Amino acid sequence: MFLQKMPDALKRVLAVFVLVAAAAVLVRVVLPASLTDSRLHIKSTVEREMAHPVRYAGSEACADCHEEYKVKQGGYHKNLSCETCHGAAKEHSENPSELKPKLPRMREFCAGCHTYNPSRPSGFPQVNPAAHNPLKVCVECHNPHDPKPTRTPQECSACHAEIARTKELSPHAQLECTNCHTVPQEHKLAPRSVRAGIPSERSFCGKCHSKDSGRKEAPKVDFLTHGEKYLCWQCHYPHMPEVQ
Amino acid sequence: MNSPLTEKLFDLLKQVTGYIYPNEIEVHWGILVVVYPYLTGLVAGAFILASLVKVFNVKEVQPAYRLAMLTALSFLLIAPLPLLLHLGHPVRSYEIFLNPNFTSAMAMFGFVYAWYLMVVLILEIWFTYRKDLIVWSQGETGLMRWVHRAVALYSTDISDKAVEFDKKMVKGITIIGIPSAFLLHGYVGFIFGSIKANPWWSSVLMPIVFLFSAIVSGIALVLFLYMVITPLRKEKIDIKCVDKMASFLFYAVIVDFSLEFLDFIHRLYESEESINILSDLVMNKLFISLGVLQVLLGMLLPLGMMVAIRLFKFEEELRKLLYFVSAILIQIGIFATRWNVVIGGQMFSKSFRGLTAYKMDIGGMEGFLMTLVLLSLPFIVLSILIKVLPPWEKPAKGTTEGGTMERSVIG
Amino acid sequence: MERRRFLSKFMSIAASATVVSGFFKRAVARTDGYDPKGHYYGMGIQIDKCIGCGKCVEACKEENNVPKEPFFFRTWVERYVIKKDGETSVQNTDMRIERSNEVFTERDILRSFFVPKLCNQCDNPPCVQVCPVGATFKTEDGVILVDDERCVGCRYCIQACPYGARYLHPERETADKCTFCYHRITKGMLPACVEVCPSQARIFGDVKSSASPLGRFKRMNKLHVLKPSLNTEPKVSYSGLDGEVR
Repeated sequence: MFLQKMPDALKRVLAVFVLVAAAAVLVRVVLPASLTDSRLHIKSTVEREMAHPVRYAGSEACADCHEEYKVKQGGYHKNLSCETCHGAAKEHSENPSELKPKLPRMREFCAGCHTYNPSRPSGFPQVNPAAHNPLKVCVECHNPHDPKPTRTPQECSACHAEIARTKELSPHAQLECTNCHTVPQEHKLAPRSVRAGIPSERSFCGKCHSKDSGRKEAPKVDFLTHGEKYLCWQCHYPHMPEVQ
Repeated sequence: MNSPLTEKLFDLLKQVTGYIYPNEIEVHWGILVVVYPYLTGLVAGAFILASLVKVFNVKEVQPAYRLAMLTALSFLLIAPLPLLLHLGHPVRSYEIFLNPNFTSAMAMFGFVYAWYLMVVLILEIWFTYRKDLIVWSQGETGLMRWVHRAVALYSTDISDKAVEFDKKMVKGITIIGIPSAFLLHGYVGFIFGSIKANPWWSSVLMPIVFLFSAIVSGIALVLFLYMVITPLRKEKIDIKCVDKMASFLFYAVIVDFSLEFLDFIHRLYESEESINILSDLVMNKLFISLGVLQVLLGMLLPLGMMVAIRLFKFEEELRKLLYFVSAILIQIGIFATRWNVVIGGQMFSKSFRGLTAYKMDIGGMEGFLMTLVLLSLPFIVLSILIKVLPPWEKPAKGTTEGGTMERSVIG
Repeated sequence: MERRRFLSKFMSIAASATVVSGFFKRAVARTDGYDPKGHYYGMGIQIDKCIGCGKCVEACKEENNVPKEPFFFRTWVERYVIKKDGETSVQNTDMRIERSNEVFTERDILRSFFVPKLCNQCDNPPCVQVCPVGATFKTEDGVILVDDERCVGCRYCIQACPYGARYLHPERETADKCTFCYHRITKGMLPACVEVCPSQARIFGDVKSSASPLGRFKRMNKLHVLKPSLNTEPKVSYSGLDGEVR
């Protein structure tokens, strides 16, 4: 047969290969499915993942026992989960009398969100903690579950800190926000529902900046020719107007 | 928590410039992953050199043929070590054989390695040495006799017909072996080249560049070993063999250099988004390892020397000196190449906005000392193999296979 | 001769038995009542709402036992300051690793915002593609998980992720990353980061549910994903994503 014609050397080599291959096949056949079947691996991984302990209970869990939840629903912190400030509370919800969540009262805690940072979106209330009642604890004046300013803010900078500070560094520093913006009183109470207004015509800026204006220190341009198709703020940033 | 690691990472933070993603501070593929492609590159290169003799009938290189094969084998045996040491869970490494994910180039490692080791290298060495093993064992006693007989698989046929068959097998295996060697080292290049997340690695040329730098380093290594071992055996260096090896080295270096130069020009010309951070990387973090070690010392200088040899037709002693120096420089250069690819690719952030640093430990699993050990182990294995399977034993009377003695220099 | 024939027959039978058993479909039944086929999760992030407080990062570390050191993050927040002179500065909001003392005055700033980042749970995940042992995979409900018991710690997935979302867990020595809090979402809860976000910058949702905040988010906003040219098909979408964000 073919095997008889095969040189002896090749036969020996093939014998070794067959042995190795047989061992490999045997190992594969003998091994239990738990080691070889991918689907079983995936299933057991998913089960292990799902079995991880839950540490944050979720906002609704607090509602059952704590009145503050309802209070929070009506205020500016309504989108804040209880656990955002009080920390993970799943354990507390399972053993309410023995394990208590934390009760952060230090200024640094509130400052974590409310310290002024120019990268924060406009309309988010920010303060300079060093200047804003440094000797008091925040919760003395502000109810954390229904935070309101102690007085209706007189200054727009309470919520528009970045714009206010930008304006402070600009030639418009002397201007009040209300010089240009119409601010209904309701805006201070329900800022998202009632918005402040902006001027609608070039002639508004012309009150100071046109050639026949009385304001001596304001730079003048000829309103008939300067940027005639555009509203002024389509090129100039009113809170930090560019100066040549 | 793991304090030494944390301390090290806090230290590394100080060397970060610009912005890196926070998880990028830890460099994941360190010196061990530099050593692995270096070792497999030498395997592929030494084998390609050996294949020149058997497939392309370059008879001048015959004296170095068996040495090249044994070199390839010793480096291949040590090659998995850096990988095992690097894995977080080396004990689970059998999973690569049991449950390979076929979309992963890395999963190919187990199969390509096993194929190359068993079907190419060991088989070819076996057929090369089979007759000599039988002949030697007939004249020996004790342990060596037993070892030689066992390695020969207890075969006894040394007829001309059997020897002819052996030679045919060697040629056939070498023919399969060449694409296998390309695969063995090319897949490593593909591991890097297929990562679209990393613009320093992601390139069609990566497997090709890896392969050609492997060929360069492999030929240089065999050249170096031949020039070191032959005088140690108190034999004369066959200058024709050395000249021939050096000329193949020369061609390989030219191709390798052209490929890397092409990659460089291409990147600059296309000027994609990553060009700024990569230029920053090359000029600042990789200036020494790339500019000086890889290009100047590892490629231009040896290239210059070999061009000079051709132009000025230096005499034998000067040629040997220049080949020797070139071989060493090339090893340094190719090691630097691997470093620049592996470590360099992790020195810049995928945000393209920052650079970080790599600090190699002295001790420990991924340390400098371990690297030295891993780089010297193949030579230890090689010396054992040379003892058991001497490449240059004087052949017994009446045979034509074997060492340098009676084989005439091609003229 | 006889022995050889027997041996080769035995080999062929054994070989084919192995191949056949590999194709044998075994029913892998769920026992806990949650059917992953009914869900497909995604997330939306509204850049204009993020205040950069970092509560999401803290909550994630707490919920998922992520090492507290500032080198291992399942989610993190980046701060971008685009200056009038054209330079962009990016910082991490975790001040323990912020090295630069750069101070920005309102005079220099052109635009500035925070960008929360996390694993994008890609639909064409490069990390799953490159894992040599298949330890990381996509579940039927769209979440990419890591099998802790099979990961060999080769770190290929970490190299392959374009977003830097993965890290090697220093104690387990296996790859780790955001799982969308799989253990929470499969119980109908929100991921920890979404739960604690004070400004609802993060929106989590099930694409397969009929009405959800995520659905509205996708309708009302122009959406971006990170690194779209890499075709990873991320399932985390951003609204208001600036071109400077990488």
